[in-house]
Amino acid sequence: MIRLEKRPQPSQAWSMATPLVAVLATMLFGGLLFGLLGTNPFLAIETIFWEPLFGEFAFYYRPQLLVKGAPLVLIAIGLSLGFRAGIWNIGAEGQYIIGSLTGAGVGLAFYPLEAWYIFPLMVIAGAFGGWAWATIPAILKVRFGTNEILVSLMLVYVAEQFLASMSLGLLKNPEGFGFPGSRNLQQYASAHNAEIVTGTGMHWGVVAALIAVIFAYVLLNRHMLGFQIRLTGAAPRAARFSGVRPARLILMCLGISGALAGLAGLFEVAGPAGQVSIDFNVGYGFTAIIVAFLGRLHPVGILLAGALMALTYIGGEIAQGQLGLPAAAIQVFQGMLLFFLLALDLLTNYRVAWRKPEVA
Amino acid sequence: MDLSAINPVLLIASLMVAATPLLLAAIGELVVERAGVLNLGVEGMMIVGAISGFAIAVETGSPWLGFLGAAVGGALLSLLFVILTQVALANQVASGLSLTLFGLGLSSLMGQRYVGVKPPQMPDIHIPGLSDLPVLGPILFSHDLMLYLGVGIIAAVWAVLKYTRAGLILRAVGENHDAAHALGYKVVRIRIAAILFGGACAGLGGAYISLIRVPQWTEGMTAGVGWIALALVVFASWKPWRVLLGAYLFGGVTVVQLNLQAAGVAIPVEYLAMSPYLVTILVLVILSADKSSAPASLGRIFHASH
Repeated sequence: MIRLEKRPQPSQAWSMATPLVAVLATMLFGGLLFGLLGTNPFLAIETIFWEPLFGEFAFYYRPQLLVKGAPLVLIAIGLSLGFRAGIWNIGAEGQYIIGSLTGAGVGLAFYPLEAWYIFPLMVIAGAFGGWAWATIPAILKVRFGTNEILVSLMLVYVAEQFLASMSLGLLKNPEGFGFPGSRNLQQYASAHNAEIVTGTGMHWGVVAALIAVIFAYVLLNRHMLGFQIRLTGAAPRAARFSGVRPARLILMCLGISGALAGLAGLFEVAGPAGQVSIDFNVGYGFTAIIVAFLGRLHPVGILLAGALMALTYIGGEIAQGQLGLPAAAIQVFQGMLLFFLLALDLLTNYRVAWRKPEVA
Repeated sequence: MDLSAINPVLLIASLMVAATPLLLAAIGELVVERAGVLNLGVEGMMIVGAISGFAIAVETGSPWLGFLGAAVGGALLSLLFVILTQVALANQVASGLSLTLFGLGLSSLMGQRYVGVKPPQMPDIHIPGLSDLPVLGPILFSHDLMLYLGVGIIAAVWAVLKYTRAGLILRAVGENHDAAHALGYKVVRIRIAAILFGGACAGLGGAYISLIRVPQWTEGMTAGVGWIALALVVFASWKPWRVLLGAYLFGGVTVVQLNLQAAGVAIPVEYLAMSPYLVTILVLVILSADKSSAPASLGRIFHASH
């Protein structure tokens, strides 16, 4: 008979190993799924994981890895801080949208002026927009005890409506012949989040994501706030006795994650996406939740997990084009990954023992 | 703008239709939470119920088999939540989120062949005499049977929780799982049953959207109803009849804003469409001060290790 025994301390080895095992299990079951859909499973897995990195057109896909990975890492880093302390911001998608709107709005307000200070102002505005949107659930939680999960999620739907309203109204391109969507920021040099080195995919969002990783690492390991976050996550009661103020922690965690999501939105709208349009958001805010967990809520882990998730996005697109694999299959694949990860986490906290049932 | 075009009788009748998916999903989640489990995967189970019900109804030509399939589909997805939280003892918040993310992907994969297909119709009941009454007829006696079934489920849940031994045990498990375990109740099995019931109800709610309310299949068509259902359980202070009240309130907001859109009010469409979500936040703010009625073991992991 199988019994679970709680480990006195979580196993370090399993904590590192579970993401890898989860990825392998997802490849196995994802392959089965692709097989059921009538695609050769080996070919599909190879197309998704090998083609973008080492295939014939890798020179084109490798930069995409940075473009798709940066927003995921940027958002996931912010989310992981809250998740560690049991503060669940799941509305990053909304903060991403609002950040892109405020950031792009500032840029468009200066059009057609060309000046060096426009892009920095947009960055500040983007971070501010995301921060403000995330502070709504934070304040409501601190002041009224409202559940931040539900409020932050409701605000995603509100933000989507805002986005629709803005791209059809205030931010619409006056020279766009009536089509919805703003001016293209890629054609406005002062506001364009251009590649820093041409052909590498390296834009300012990638730089920001790397800074965020380092910042989060230092915060968690060398700073009082990081210690308080980890303490609250491990032992909430002990944290309160030792003088952690929950209200401050909630405002900080939600605020930082909102600001980072807003930044991700701004870098996306001013760079790869180019313009504010009704459906320019593609769900990075939700996928980042998977990235945060897959990276074990650890900054370096998130960096790796973000790269892997970006790979499945790009590989998924290739598989869509070459093998006719439906786009939703990749979404299922990503969801599956989170499943296996959560299920296998059992091994980190419990020891599986084989034992005969005791006779009473 | 012409507000006189809005017919109050039709408004109330369509409010009840708009409220039913919410009501079904929320009453299921209420049972789950009374058993001490927080399943945030309602949205995922609803959308999977919506497509499995739709697909089965289209293939068999019977809306009833469709609803049955939706309940089974929702329950099957919730089985994954069971494995994660009751067997693998994973964090319930993260597991619920994964259920929603997975369900959204799975549903659009399942639904590819059904975009633009028309489902078989579910007829409205017609009771000679009663259904022809002015005002009361269209409001009370002219809906489809699922709507009445939804109200019936609420009554049944209320009666079971309040008057039966099974209800008492369920509540005991939700209030204090260690004490319930010490009394010899099978905490995990009872919770599994509650989670499966919640999944089936969410599936029914989803299918009500795809088969009756809309009726067609589009990706992501539940559009946050599952999340509003979660808020509704808080609104109802975990009491069944208040779920009905809350669902009709939210249904009312949805229907009124749709009617205002149609009547061409000077408020832009997008701002009207935000209103159900904003009302949800507002209601949460007003009602969150009092948490005393929440089940005491809600969201805590149970492992019989002592």
